[in-house]
Amino acid sequence: MIWGVVQFPGSCDERDALHACTLASGEARLVWHEERDLDGIDAIVIPGGFSYGDYLRAGAIARFSPALEAVAEFAAAGGPVLGICNGFQVLCEAGLLPGALLLNEHLRFVCRQVDLLATPLDALSTPGGAQSNERRDLESLSIPAKHGEGRYYAPEEVLDALEANGQVAYRYAPGQNPNGSARDIAGVRSEAGNVLGLMPHPEHAVDPLTGSTDGLRVFEAVAAAGARA
Amino acid sequence: MSAGTTKGSTHRELGLTDSEFELIVEKMGREPNVVELAMFSLLWSEHCAYKHSRKLLKQLPTEGERVVMGPGENAGAVDVGNGYAVAFKVESHNHPSAVEPFQGAATGVGGILRDVFAIGARPIAILDSLRFGELDSVRSRHLLDGAVRGIGHYGNSIGVPNVGGEIYFEEPYEHNCLVNAMCLGLAKTKDMVRAAAAGIGNTVVLMGASTGRDGIGGASVLASAELGEGDEAKRPTVQIGDPFEESKVLECCLELLEKGLLVSLQDLGAAGLTSSAGEMAAAGGVGIDIDVAKVPLREADMEPFEIMVSESQERMLAVVEPARVSEVLAVCEKWQTGSAEVGVVTDSGHVRILRDGEIVGDMPVAALVDGCPLYDLEPAEPEGWIYGNRATLAAGVSAEDELLALLAAPSIASKRWAFEQYDSVVGSRTVRRPESADAAVLQLPESGNAIAVSIDGNGRRVACDPHAGTVEAVLECAQNLACVGAEPLGLTNCLNFGNPEKPATAWQLDRSVSALAAACTALGVPVVGGNVSLYNEGPEGPIYPTPVVGMVGELPDPTQVAGSAFAKAGDAIALLGPFSPSFAGSELAKQRGELDKGLPQPDIAAVAAACAIVRDAVRAGKLASAHDVSDGGLACALAECSIGAGVGCRVDVQPLRDRGCSPEDALFGEGSGGFLVSGERPTLEALGAVFLGEVGGTTIEIAAGDRSLVVGLGTAESAWDSLAGAIESAS
Repeated sequence: MIWGVVQFPGSCDERDALHACTLASGEARLVWHEERDLDGIDAIVIPGGFSYGDYLRAGAIARFSPALEAVAEFAAAGGPVLGICNGFQVLCEAGLLPGALLLNEHLRFVCRQVDLLATPLDALSTPGGAQSNERRDLESLSIPAKHGEGRYYAPEEVLDALEANGQVAYRYAPGQNPNGSARDIAGVRSEAGNVLGLMPHPEHAVDPLTGSTDGLRVFEAVAAAGARA
Repeated sequence: MSAGTTKGSTHRELGLTDSEFELIVEKMGREPNVVELAMFSLLWSEHCAYKHSRKLLKQLPTEGERVVMGPGENAGAVDVGNGYAVAFKVESHNHPSAVEPFQGAATGVGGILRDVFAIGARPIAILDSLRFGELDSVRSRHLLDGAVRGIGHYGNSIGVPNVGGEIYFEEPYEHNCLVNAMCLGLAKTKDMVRAAAAGIGNTVVLMGASTGRDGIGGASVLASAELGEGDEAKRPTVQIGDPFEESKVLECCLELLEKGLLVSLQDLGAAGLTSSAGEMAAAGGVGIDIDVAKVPLREADMEPFEIMVSESQERMLAVVEPARVSEVLAVCEKWQTGSAEVGVVTDSGHVRILRDGEIVGDMPVAALVDGCPLYDLEPAEPEGWIYGNRATLAAGVSAEDELLALLAAPSIASKRWAFEQYDSVVGSRTVRRPESADAAVLQLPESGNAIAVSIDGNGRRVACDPHAGTVEAVLECAQNLACVGAEPLGLTNCLNFGNPEKPATAWQLDRSVSALAAACTALGVPVVGGNVSLYNEGPEGPIYPTPVVGMVGELPDPTQVAGSAFAKAGDAIALLGPFSPSFAGSELAKQRGELDKGLPQPDIAAVAAACAIVRDAVRAGKLASAHDVSDGGLACALAECSIGAGVGCRVDVQPLRDRGCSPEDALFGEGSGGFLVSGERPTLEALGAVFLGEVGGTTIEIAAGDRSLVVGLGTAESAWDSLAGAIESAS
């Protein structure tokens, strides 16, 4: 299993993501934003940060990078892609995931440990899988969130469709939505299931010393999807 | 010379006295031209020359076996083992923040980051120490909001965690807020680089952002005179930060150093190219030629003096061997950051400024960098309390109401509103996040251990007694480190004072620096760097004298770190250390409007001994929690431990009564040397701690004679967590 972690100028969490990937399974290497060659890579992580400064709109420039063009092809071929925070924003900008991330409701950056409720993770690479949207038997993950533009938004009919298709991968636990996201959505996956984006940072929840190891399960699920792909 | 001469009183407008100007003429052998005068005026400013503080600072102990770099470099550094060093420094950006808080604070963070990566260390943590006027002032809320947003904007964007800090609200900071930022970095000791220029004929490369008219005379001029009327007009002198540019320059510089491509490296901070070129030349005992025509500009028509004094942010100056220049430029290209060959190292002993080969300035390095006269202070102890008193709490209220008023005091209340706006986890090192322990703890897998860091300074107490207050700041840092099991390695400081030409301020500064020296010497903690910020005054007078101390310590095992909150019901609570609290200078005294001159003198040796006991006990896993007793006294410390744990406590302060404290002093009195610890009673008592009570229940119950109190945990928490509400409801 070889992970590729895309690094843009302005990325912040790429080293942490590399570390998390290696802890989850296999090896990991950085993919420079100007690279197009993803040969030999089994799964892609687009990490957090402020790609190209993000002064225009989070992810608006990164989506045009050579590496993102390669990632789009990789995703179209069924390769697993995980976008974290800025990575989620980039994937939405690139149209690889539905919806958009807006400024937090309170217009302030927020850094806080949150509980996430996950739909069953084996749904990840199963198109149309995980139909259960009832909040029962859901796995709970304690993971830090840290962002200024993390309010998930999509039109109502899109949200309905996401729920119907099992594309809502993570929700903030009741009362813990830190940014005003629609329907408490913290993360979504593509219709095909192989592209996953979330605002909280699983790469910062891989070590009991720094707070939690729950984030490893997100990487393990992506790895499992990569192994099946 | 084509740059014109300087007749008349230009030097006064630039902040030089007549005698300083005459000295420049004498050292130059002629009158300086416009370029030269501009450069002298900056390097001879208080901010760059430390002309009122340098003599005092010689008292500070700077040597220790773990010191890798001491004062004089861009940042100090201490050895943390396995070939690694931790670099750190604190610096002020007070005046720019008082004029434009968002950009002032943001560029304060940017500047301290550059100081750390200039020596080849990757920044791993930021802390900040902030002071504002009282929260009921619109201006203070504006400055607080802007500064917190600015710190968050810069640090979050660049991916360095903000792991701790402090905020105090006091009337004397109303006009002149304080924004001190501290940065820590980690370096392989062998890859570290100094700022001294070397190698005659080597190329000088300017990297990073282009040079514009922003911030001309910003930090150096703003920081060298009092704030007053017309500060709005100074807004254009505040620099604008671009954390994306800094992120690229940071990565670029670290890659250049890792590849061994740089001879030396220096950041461009206050006084821009003037100070970085001058200081690099002075440190190396060489000369430097700079051709301003080669400096990439934002505006084409900039004059040579403007280019030399611009404080545009996100710039670094490097000395490179000519054969390696192309490799250096290629790395800059990779990181999409600017680079230009702007000069050359010479053996002239002069800083020469050229424009397309024509000399427009030529100054001896020695005169420019080290020629500024150093002044003796003329201290005079003021009579009595020279600051105001404003009562906000009546004398006759119940002990319960006193506790709640103290917990809700903005200086004591939880700073969650602020620190949640900062990324505290990026980098995967943060073992203890803000408010979970007395010091931030960062793991260092590279060296197999961890470091702890704390930043402290209570200006009100220093105002009461500059000596005792300053000693207390050092001891509080040491106590915070002990609570997480860390042993101090080194200290940095930022001395924020008023106008040193005034006798009372001179006295505060003099007493404070000698106390800092005494405390550091007694604790055996070397001072590896620091910063001085003077002229912090508003129309109503000086700020509280505010020495801010940042201390870094080492702990062998990051899994053995005590938290500050109680761990579980049933644990015993005990008090350890030579704690003998008093009303003087306390938060309660402030609220009652009864502040006055004088504090009891702390017993440094006794506190140091208590620190060692706590440190060893934490490392041995004997303590379930450890928290130092600080602002608001024992009652507030107990409340904080309970709130953090979500479980109450029941204690009796009789042991403090036995030390001669009144019931009220036992509850709310302040002073050094107190540790509130929990765990198994026999273990605590074997450490010499005195038993106070037990963890448990849903109330904070304190027996203190006629001042006994019982407060519900939820009520206490509401008071303590009231800062966000206080800020937002008032706005």
